[in-house]
Amino acid sequence: MSAPPSPGNRKLHVSDLDVTFGANASRVEVLRKINLEVGEGEFVCILGPSGCGKSTLLNVIGGFLPASGGAVTIDGERVTGPDPRRIFVFQERGVFPWLTVEGNIGFGLSKLDPAEKKKRIDHYVKLVGLVGFEHSYPSELSGGMKQRVEVARALAVNPDILYLDEPFGALDSITRLIMRSELLRIWRAEKKTILFVTHDIEESVQLADRVVVMSSRPARIQTIVEIDIPHPRDLSSPRYLELRDGIFGEIGLAHKI
Amino acid sequence: MRLLRKLLPLAGIAILLLGWDLAVRSSSSMILPGPGKVFLALVELARKGLLVRHVVASLFRVTWGFLGAVVFAIPLGIILGWNRRLGLSVSPFLEILRPISPLAWIPIAILWFGVGDPSAIFIIFLGSLLPMTVASMNAIRSVPQIHVNAGKNFGLSDLELLRRVVLPSILPQLFVALRLTLGVAWLVVVAAEMIAVRSGLGFLIVDSRNAGDRYDLVIAGMVLIGLIGIALDAGIRKVEVR
Repeated sequence: MSAPPSPGNRKLHVSDLDVTFGANASRVEVLRKINLEVGEGEFVCILGPSGCGKSTLLNVIGGFLPASGGAVTIDGERVTGPDPRRIFVFQERGVFPWLTVEGNIGFGLSKLDPAEKKKRIDHYVKLVGLVGFEHSYPSELSGGMKQRVEVARALAVNPDILYLDEPFGALDSITRLIMRSELLRIWRAEKKTILFVTHDIEESVQLADRVVVMSSRPARIQTIVEIDIPHPRDLSSPRYLELRDGIFGEIGLAHKI
Repeated sequence: MRLLRKLLPLAGIAILLLGWDLAVRSSSSMILPGPGKVFLALVELARKGLLVRHVVASLFRVTWGFLGAVVFAIPLGIILGWNRRLGLSVSPFLEILRPISPLAWIPIAILWFGVGDPSAIFIIFLGSLLPMTVASMNAIRSVPQIHVNAGKNFGLSDLELLRRVVLPSILPQLFVALRLTLGVAWLVVVAAEMIAVRSGLGFLIVDSRNAGDRYDLVIAGMVLIGLIGIALDAGIRKVEVR
């Protein structure tokens, strides 16, 4: 499950990516020479401290920000802007407050005929466990439920890749754990390629096939750690702790408080 | 508690009227009328058909001035808010116009349109146009980037983005702006009518004073303005809830 991508199923390729903001005196180099390959169906976590530029990387990959140098290609095609084949999931703030759960999940389905659209919405409402809340507005939902709406809205258009930018960052720790196992369940059921940005080491080791550890600004890829533990992962197994502590060490933190 | 909530405002009004009455009686003022006289003045206006005439005249001007402004201001605000460069270049112009009271335009309005409805409507139009434009512009600028990005991610064209993301996102703010602007329009119409026309509640007030110090009619006019102002606000809130 967690084999590194072989050239045959390479999905996404980031090559020599540079990103610089501003000009002259206020020039800030955010990303330097990022090279990354992601295989089809792979779950990759991009891990780094807050403000290191990992979100910027995901936004460039998603086509929301231009690169200053280098390129992002998906299936051999250069990324020049956002595309419905790859959906970006923000924190739960991305749901549209003026639409119901149903309206949000069906947002990207306006080109389908009504019966097909209804079927898809029902399927994803069920998948993310929101049956009974179809007609609720986001203001009536908890943070975790809003996050489910966003994931369902993204999945409903059947994208190849999901980009998740610290999606569970605003949730309480219990909800966060539940959402992680839900995401893994959905990932297995829907067979998507997932790029997941987080600053949470535990989260990355629990979820990913590979963890891309970023250094601080300008962000570079410091190392890539393969997580060779089969799912469901035992969070107290020696291998889990070994990998987790390895990453702690990599970032320069002792796992002690 | 519910009953109390309804009774307390009524009690407040009763105390106000009583205090007013007592104050006028104790000062034995010959000019300022008490609530009784003002009520009689209202009855007199109603009997002569003046009440309906003036109220209709004022509402007519507010309706056209306000609606005309809204029809221009919302698209204008959206364009200025959407297009950063255009917004930046037009903003100073709006900022200079904003502190100028719409009433300062009265001489120019009379020069262009003469004494009559078009002048008053023009003044209300101007008074409503600026706040509504600025509010629409700011509403557009406060649309969360995340929502815009999400819309683009689902492959929306610019026009679809406007219809399916931007407009629903700014609707609540637009309604607040409409309410505030209607309030401004109602303030402005009274002042405009004092100078630019010969009918309406503003005219009633000025004319009553000029034609023999009829302060009972002056205050009757003020009471009407207040009551209609509340009614307009309540009306637009009803639309908002829907």
